[in-house]
Amino acid sequence: MNSVTVDARYLLCPLPVIRTQDQVARLHPGDFVRVLCTDPGVLHDIPSWCRMHGHTVADTSVADDEIAITIQVGDRG
Amino acid sequence: MSKHHKAVALISGGLDSLLAARVVMDQGIHVEGINFFTGFCVEGHTHAIRKQHRARPKRNNALWVAEQLGIRLHLIDIIEEYKQVVINPRHGYGANLNPCLDCKVFMVGKALEWMNTKGFDFIVTGEVIGQRPKSQRRVNLPVVARESGAHDRLVRPLCARNLPPTLPEREGWLERDKLLAFNGRSRKPQMALAAHYGFEDYAQPAGGCCFLTDRQYSQKLSDLWQTRGERNYELDDIMLLKVGRHLRPCPGFKLIVGREEGENRYLEGYRRRYVHMIPVSHPGPLVLLDGEADAHGLELAARIAARFSKGRDDAEVTIEVTGKDGAVRNYTVSPLPSAQIPPEWYL
Repeated sequence: MNSVTVDARYLLCPLPVIRTQDQVARLHPGDFVRVLCTDPGVLHDIPSWCRMHGHTVADTSVADDEIAITIQVGDRG
Repeated sequence: MSKHHKAVALISGGLDSLLAARVVMDQGIHVEGINFFTGFCVEGHTHAIRKQHRARPKRNNALWVAEQLGIRLHLIDIIEEYKQVVINPRHGYGANLNPCLDCKVFMVGKALEWMNTKGFDFIVTGEVIGQRPKSQRRVNLPVVARESGAHDRLVRPLCARNLPPTLPEREGWLERDKLLAFNGRSRKPQMALAAHYGFEDYAQPAGGCCFLTDRQYSQKLSDLWQTRGERNYELDDIMLLKVGRHLRPCPGFKLIVGREEGENRYLEGYRRRYVHMIPVSHPGPLVLLDGEADAHGLELAARIAARFSKGRDDAEVTIEVTGKDGAVRNYTVSPLPSAQIPPEWYL
């Protein structure tokens, strides 16, 4: 099981979602992706993208102006 | 029907593409959405940056539309390829630096590539004859179909009955009678259809979805090209054009002045790549200096930065100037009076 981090700080939506999407495409079901962001829009957009593509938001944390969202890759089949 | 046909819908996040996709879904077609990120999208950015816009929903409308439809949305980064559309549009620009017809041709062409890769059957867009002044003129709709290579696999469900039948209609994948015949600039038919489907909360961008249709933004992009001596850009260039006040007091450099806390925080992400300045004797904005300034230019820049600080009416303001090498120097200057900032400095 892989666990990787995507640094999307200072990127504005939809770029954090695109970077997440591109990383997830290289992973396997069960793998984890931790996405670091500063755009508060990700709090809506990444969970939305996960729901429609069958991935799970495992954890979300907000500290100061930094947001970390951990995603578990679902079975895209 | 022997096969479950599949369509890829260009989803902008606005009402027309939402309705177009829904009309096709109603006929049993499997639809997935595609949304292209050019870097010029109005979507979300300025609202995300500016604190005064924080009451607005922080959502990407294309994702939101896809969720309303219950379909998958694929977000595609086309920043690099899109440069040629902006820099050398075959069909020219609209009122500003908006290459709307070339843009539509390009995006439908990219959707065609995606469609062929994924084994989909046709493309859906929310275009309506006469809705927009350039790309959606009746004479230009066939141009988009032809030059994109999509030809009769491009379906515009909202105005399809005003156009020749497409392949999906001729083959019976879609019933033509259940497609629509919208025409012209009125939004009433779309609003009525939205009400019919129960869509109430949809985006209605007042100035379109692309910064290139904005006069002031286009002026800033023109200035960028002119001062660099070439028509080119990087993503950071076009993002920074969306943020702050831009002043060019001399040909060698311009200043980007944060207008509020949200913009200052966004500009902070760029401060290691630019000479930047911030008042230390008074509260005030972060200012980036884009270009090269000699000692005289730095002092002028510091006086302008002081003008936008809370010390604008004081005799002196101290500005901390940090070079790209990290070297720090303080300038204690008299703020430049507003009357000495000519309007033409503002881009």
